[in-house]
Amino acid sequence: MSALAGRDTLIQASYFVTAVLFIVGLKRMSSPVTARSGIIWAGIGMLVATLVTFAYPGMSNYPLIGAAIAVGAVFAWWSGKRVAMTNMPQMIALYNGMGGGAAAAIAAVELYRGGAAGYGEATLAVIGGLIGAVSFSGSAIAFGKLQGLIKRSLRFRGQQILNLLLLAAALLHAALLAGHFNTSPHVVTGLFVFALILGISMTLPIGGADMPVVISLYNALTGLAVGLDGFVMHNAAMIVAGTVVGAAGTLLTQLMAKAMNRSLGNVLFSGFGDTGGGPAGSVTGSLKPIEAADVGVMLAFAQKVIVVPGYGMAVAQAQHKIWELCQLLIERGVTVRFAIHPVAGRMPGHMNVLLAEAGVPYDLIADLDEINAEFETADAALIIGANDVVNPVARTDKSSPIYGMPILNADRAKNVIVIKRGQGAGFSGIENALFYLDNTRMLYGDAQKAGAELIQAVKAVG
Amino acid sequence: MTGIVALYIFMLAAFTGYEVIARVPVILHTPLMSGSNFVHGIVLVGAMVALGNAHTPLEKTIGFIGVLLAAVNAMGGYVVTERMLEMFKSSRAGGPRPGAR
Repeated sequence: MSALAGRDTLIQASYFVTAVLFIVGLKRMSSPVTARSGIIWAGIGMLVATLVTFAYPGMSNYPLIGAAIAVGAVFAWWSGKRVAMTNMPQMIALYNGMGGGAAAAIAAVELYRGGAAGYGEATLAVIGGLIGAVSFSGSAIAFGKLQGLIKRSLRFRGQQILNLLLLAAALLHAALLAGHFNTSPHVVTGLFVFALILGISMTLPIGGADMPVVISLYNALTGLAVGLDGFVMHNAAMIVAGTVVGAAGTLLTQLMAKAMNRSLGNVLFSGFGDTGGGPAGSVTGSLKPIEAADVGVMLAFAQKVIVVPGYGMAVAQAQHKIWELCQLLIERGVTVRFAIHPVAGRMPGHMNVLLAEAGVPYDLIADLDEINAEFETADAALIIGANDVVNPVARTDKSSPIYGMPILNADRAKNVIVIKRGQGAGFSGIENALFYLDNTRMLYGDAQKAGAELIQAVKAVG
Repeated sequence: MTGIVALYIFMLAAFTGYEVIARVPVILHTPLMSGSNFVHGIVLVGAMVALGNAHTPLEKTIGFIGVLLAAVNAMGGYVVTERMLEMFKSSRAGGPRPGAR
């Protein structure tokens, strides 16, 4: 008896240590200086909790547990190591969906077994299961869309009504189980079937541009589901970690939505994201091409150059070439800054990761708020694969779908150089007024090739 | 653990999560989302206990899937977060490290 009590105390103490390590780790991850150590602290916490759970009293099926962990961990390690940085958003969605699925599975086991005895626990179990299942199937769709497996956004009349009906059906089954009115396995199955369909149906109409907000939302929902499961299983580590992520994820979702100038309701219940394409009649003037050699001279003799990278640069894998170019300029005494719009890349902060991959130090990288006043003193703004985030139409044209979105004031630099593959419009399909300004020159070509040409041009200046 | 104590834990944990993230710069949004994604991988612990207490074939099957998914969440979340954060460095800390990917 006392040995068992001692073991229980040890397990609970280990879970407590894990919870502390998670919170400290997350705190450290919120500053670039300490971020690396943060994930390691949290990782140690996870390892401690996992190992100590093998000693949990009254458990069996150890071979099954070991096999499941081994298969899952090996697949995750293999896929996580080889995923390209550009594909990181959908990979996070995939892993997050798995967590939601696990939370749903825990609730399912408890409900099929009739384990959640009281009304309170049964309620928490059904809500946790419902949220986890929605997060699972919704994240899978988000992954499919960003990975390009699902090309089109499915929209039809009455879609919101269908979603409401699905939600109502899931809630009805949840209420039957929570109130102990009918706890037969069929009702449990019904709850999860409707929840899974709801996740799919909710996510299908959302466009690619809004997907980061949705992924972040599902991340918060998975956290909440894990926390609720923790109450059912009397597991303090799950309660604390799940709830912390639920709250942090909710805040992160709001910050992302704000950075993209979208409200959460807007993202979930309207279908922008990949439509847009208002009338382009207000743009006048002509596109003025320039040669790489001329740009090289301009950059080499500039005092200050601000680089505005966009997703086009990442797709062309040009960040290494661009950083090489910037290092040449820095050696010549040019001040170089990188200006990052919150939605440059596929999700807020994604571009920073891509630049970091190329070796750009984070103190050369500035947010929109920090850098916007500096464009007026810059000799050149170098726009690489970015479009909508520098479109001045967002400031002036009320009819534009991007009206009101905060933009980088690249048009206020003395010279604007736009590296662009062709003459097409941006992600939202809107014509860019910046390209037609008097101080703008277009350098056509693939960002990687243009970067190499510019390096040669700057070297040629001597 | 009584209901009201559980409620206190929930409330305090929610505030903690909110406060920890409140002043995070945009540059860390993606890694931090990935990091918090890793932290809810703690669901692995619950899935292990659920499978450890499963008896019928149905419970065992669902429990197995639960542990498998949770292990992917935890391991995958760690690997990608670590890969992203490893790359963040300051220009004051010297040039690129040889081992950097």
